[in-house]
Amino acid sequence: MLYVELLIQGLIYGCMYAMIAVGLTLVYGLLRILHVAHAGLFALGGYLGLLLTNATGSLLLSMPLAAGLVGLLGMVVYRLCYQPILDRPPYVALIASIGLFIAMEELFRLIFGPYGLTYTHAPLQQLFRFSGVTLRAVDLAIVVGSVSLLGSLAWLAKNTRTGIAWRATVDDPQMAGSFGISVLKVRYLNFFIGSALAGIGGIFISLLSNLVEPTMGGVPSYKALAIIVLGGLGNVGGTLIASLVLGVVEAFGTIFIGDYLDRDAIAFGFLILVLMIRPQGLFARS
Amino acid sequence: MLIYELSLATVVCINIIQAIGLNLITGYCGQISLGHAAFYGIGAYTTALMAKAGFPGPVNLMAAMLLSGSVGAVVGLTSLRVREDFLAITTMGVGFLFLGIVRQQERFLGGELGISSIPSFGLGKPGFFGLTLILVILTAAFSLYLKKTWMGFAFEAVADDEDTARVLSVNVSAYKLVAFALGTAMAGLAGGLYCYFARFIVPDDFGFITSISVLSMVAVGGIGSVYGVILGTVLLTLMPDFFRFISDYKLFVYGALLFAVMRFAPEGLAGLPALVSAKVARTGGAP
Repeated sequence: MLYVELLIQGLIYGCMYAMIAVGLTLVYGLLRILHVAHAGLFALGGYLGLLLTNATGSLLLSMPLAAGLVGLLGMVVYRLCYQPILDRPPYVALIASIGLFIAMEELFRLIFGPYGLTYTHAPLQQLFRFSGVTLRAVDLAIVVGSVSLLGSLAWLAKNTRTGIAWRATVDDPQMAGSFGISVLKVRYLNFFIGSALAGIGGIFISLLSNLVEPTMGGVPSYKALAIIVLGGLGNVGGTLIASLVLGVVEAFGTIFIGDYLDRDAIAFGFLILVLMIRPQGLFARS
Repeated sequence: MLIYELSLATVVCINIIQAIGLNLITGYCGQISLGHAAFYGIGAYTTALMAKAGFPGPVNLMAAMLLSGSVGAVVGLTSLRVREDFLAITTMGVGFLFLGIVRQQERFLGGELGISSIPSFGLGKPGFFGLTLILVILTAAFSLYLKKTWMGFAFEAVADDEDTARVLSVNVSAYKLVAFALGTAMAGLAGGLYCYFARFIVPDDFGFITSISVLSMVAVGGIGSVYGVILGTVLLTLMPDFFRFISDYKLFVYGALLFAVMRFAPEGLAGLPALVSAKVARTGGAP
C-alpha cells in the first residue's frame, strides 16, 4: 500500500507542478525567456484565493476571480518588464525577472506579514477511503481540477481559431505574423493564460497545506524550471509528462535515498542525470 | 565602529573575488552559471574541515581552491553537453544538489546546523582584511591579464559564437573547462576566506540566493568588465547597509533596483556612459 500511496502523492504534486510549469514553458516557447517572476504570480494566486475565500466564504467564486486577476497582472508584467528588453541577451531578462520576483516576495511579506495566512474555514478537508488508501477532498480536487483545466486548454488550442493562431505563433512567429496574426495579442494571451494557471496552482497548494506565505513561490518555481527543461523547453506535452514524472521520482526518492539527499536535491539530481543522457530534454521540440 | 567597517570591507573583498570568478565563466567565456555559490560552499566547507583538523591557513585556502576548481571542471563537463538556458538550469541544479548533500550529512558536515567554532586564521581582523585585499588585487590583476592573452581571445570567441570558434579550430571544449576550473577555483578561495571571516558556516550561506546575488553583482556592474564587476559588487554588497534606515524595505528595494538596472541599463553600470552618450547624440545634445 505504501507504494500506491507514494505514487498518488507523487501524482498530486506532479499536477501542481504542471499548473506552474505550463505557463513557464508557454512563455519560454514564445519568447525564450526564463520567467522566474512566474513564481511571484503563483504566490499571488495563493494569497488572492485565500483572501477572497475568507471574505466571501466561497472557494468556487474566488478561484476564477483570483485566476483572472493574476492573469491580468501577468499581462502587465509582460508589457512593463519583458517587452522592452526582448532584443537583449537572455541573461538580461533572467536577472530582471529574478529582481522582480524578489521585489514581489518582499511586497507580500510587507503587506501580509512574514508568518503567512490560513483559511478561516479550510475547504475540502473531507476524508475518503478507497480500499486502504486515504485521500482528502483537496487531493481529488487538485487532480480533477488540473486535468480538466489543462485538458480544455489543449482542446481549445487544437480546435479554435485563436488556438490555431497561438500554436502557429509559437512554431514560427515571423511566418505567423506575415499571415496576419497579431503576434503581440498572442503574447498577451499567452501571459494571461499561463499566469492564470499558475494562480490556480497557487490556490491548490494553499489548500493542500492550509497556508500561504511570502516565500511559497520559491521552491515550486525552481522545480518548474527544472521541469520545463526536462520536458524539452517550450514543449507543452513534454512539460506535462515531465511534471508527473518529477512528482513521482521525488515521492519515491525521499523514501529510498532521503538519507543522503533532500527532496530538492533528488529532483535536480534527476534533472542533471537526464540531461547528461539526453541534452535536449526528455521530449525535444520537433 | 571601526571594527564594523573593517568587517564590511572584508565582506566586500570576498564578494569581489567570487564575482570575478563568475565573470570569468559568464563574462569572458559566455557560459551562464546559476550555481556559483556551490563552489563558494565547497571552498568554505573544505577550509572549515581542514582548519578544525589543525592544518595551517594558507594550506587550507590552497586546498579549497584546488577542490573547488576540480569539482568545477567536472561540472564544466556538463557545459559540453548542454548550452545556454539548459546550462543555466543545470548549474542551478548543481547548486541545489550541493545544498541537499550538505544538509543531509550530519556526521561530517554538520547538517542544517553547519560547522561552528572554526579556528581563526591568526592575523587579527586588520591583518585578515589586508590578506583579502591582497588576494583581491591578485585575482583582479590575473583576470585583467588573462583577457589580453591568447586564452582570453579564445574565451571571447567561444562567448561570441561557439560554432564559428570551433570551425576556426579553437578547442572550445578545453577552453570551457579551463574557464570553469579557474572561475570556480576563485569561488573556492572566496569561500575559504569567508569561512575564516565568519568562523561559523551553515548550508544556507551557499544557497540559490547567494548564486543569484553574485550573478547580479556581475550583471549590474557590466558583464565581462573587471572594473564594472568590482563596482557592481561594492555597490550591491554595501547597498543593504545604505538602506539600513529603511531596514524592513531593504530587500524590496534591492529586488526593485536589480530589476530597474536590467530594464533601463541592460549593459550594466559599465555600459552606462555609452548609453547616456548615445541618448545625448540621438537628441542632438538638446535637453
